[in-house]
Amino acid sequence: MTNLLSRLFGRAKKGSGATAKDRLRFVLQHDRINLPPERMEEMKSEILAVIVKYLVVDKDRVEIDLEQRDRTHSKLVAEIPVAIHTPSANSKPVADSGAPADAAESNGADAELADDDSAVEAAKSDSPKDAKEAKADEDEEDKKP
Amino acid sequence: MGGKVVTISSGKGGVGKTTATANLGISLASLGKKVVVIDADIGLRNLDVIMGLENRIVYDLVDVVEGRSKLRQAMIKHKKFDDLFLIPAAQTRDKMAVSPEDMVKLANELREDFDYILIDSPAGIERGFRNALEPADEVLIVTNPEVSAVRDADRIIGLIEAADKGPGKLIINRLKTELVKKGEMLSSDDVFDILGLSIVGIIPEDELVLSASNSGIPVTLNMQSKAGMAFNNVARRVIGEDVPFMNLDENPGILQRLAKLLNGR
Repeated sequence: MTNLLSRLFGRAKKGSGATAKDRLRFVLQHDRINLPPERMEEMKSEILAVIVKYLVVDKDRVEIDLEQRDRTHSKLVAEIPVAIHTPSANSKPVADSGAPADAAESNGADAELADDDSAVEAAKSDSPKDAKEAKADEDEEDKKP
Repeated sequence: MGGKVVTISSGKGGVGKTTATANLGISLASLGKKVVVIDADIGLRNLDVIMGLENRIVYDLVDVVEGRSKLRQAMIKHKKFDDLFLIPAAQTRDKMAVSPEDMVKLANELREDFDYILIDSPAGIERGFRNALEPADEVLIVTNPEVSAVRDADRIIGLIEAADKGPGKLIINRLKTELVKKGEMLSSDDVFDILGLSIVGIIPEDELVLSASNSGIPVTLNMQSKAGMAFNNVARRVIGEDVPFMNLDENPGILQRLAKLLNGR
């Protein structure tokens, strides 16, 4: 009945054919690199665990995904936003000089990040409090339009 | 170099490899080609019954490989076509009785006298598949528009490419047009998107295929059958003809018919 109604009102429900396609894509991605989804998740958290030792990472926005162009070409693409270290937690240098923050973000986990002084400094800082504040600062920055 | 060796494989069993092999053999023969079909599924012989030749078997593939019979003695001529032969699988042995090298030797011998040597590969990715793959010049992969069949096809395609026999071509078998229209079945385009191989055949679901295997008369010999026509088209593409894909939409709705009328088609 619901089926009939939804059809009458033109609410095109996604057919099982489309579900089949999505599921196949997912399963083949993992078949082709011979790494089951669970192991992939394990790997992601291990990668993150290493990065977190050096940088403050916005864990909610981390994206590590497998991209597949075709059967023989796959790549792992990671976007890992890191917090920018602020010399003084009270001032807002990040907000004022938007450029470095942007750069760090768009670079994600790129090698360039290591060259970014602020990011490296944040990593070197042994004080977890410092790091937390830096993260909080960045979050605040995010909320601004 | 003479004849061409075409291996028909699938990964998953039951998708219609043997049916496809039998029908391709018949179609190629009816196009005037000299054809031999080899059942490489040792221990699970089936191509003979699909082709209606089960009563004539004296020697089989393993007999030839082990030297108990001459190649010619094991070749069974088809009832309708003088240039179509079957080399049956042994029923009481297993796949290890034949090696990939044996198959290459056999195929090379057959190349001299035949235009096409079709090899019906067993399901799976083990020895039997290796036997069928080794002598291949071209590989056709049969799949159904279903999750498990496509997944297994992908696995087989990877192995075919790793063996330098790629890229291979797809035969999508048992496509149900009405279900595709309702969005309840993978379309041939979906399968192409996922597997990325070119499609050499789209065979619609057709009850006549079952009647054909019941009676041992492959469905290509039935002019009424859409599946038969589709298999015939595959054969023509295999020999290099450019054949458009059939319109599988059997019962166009009234709106579509009206649209066709208005478009003057």
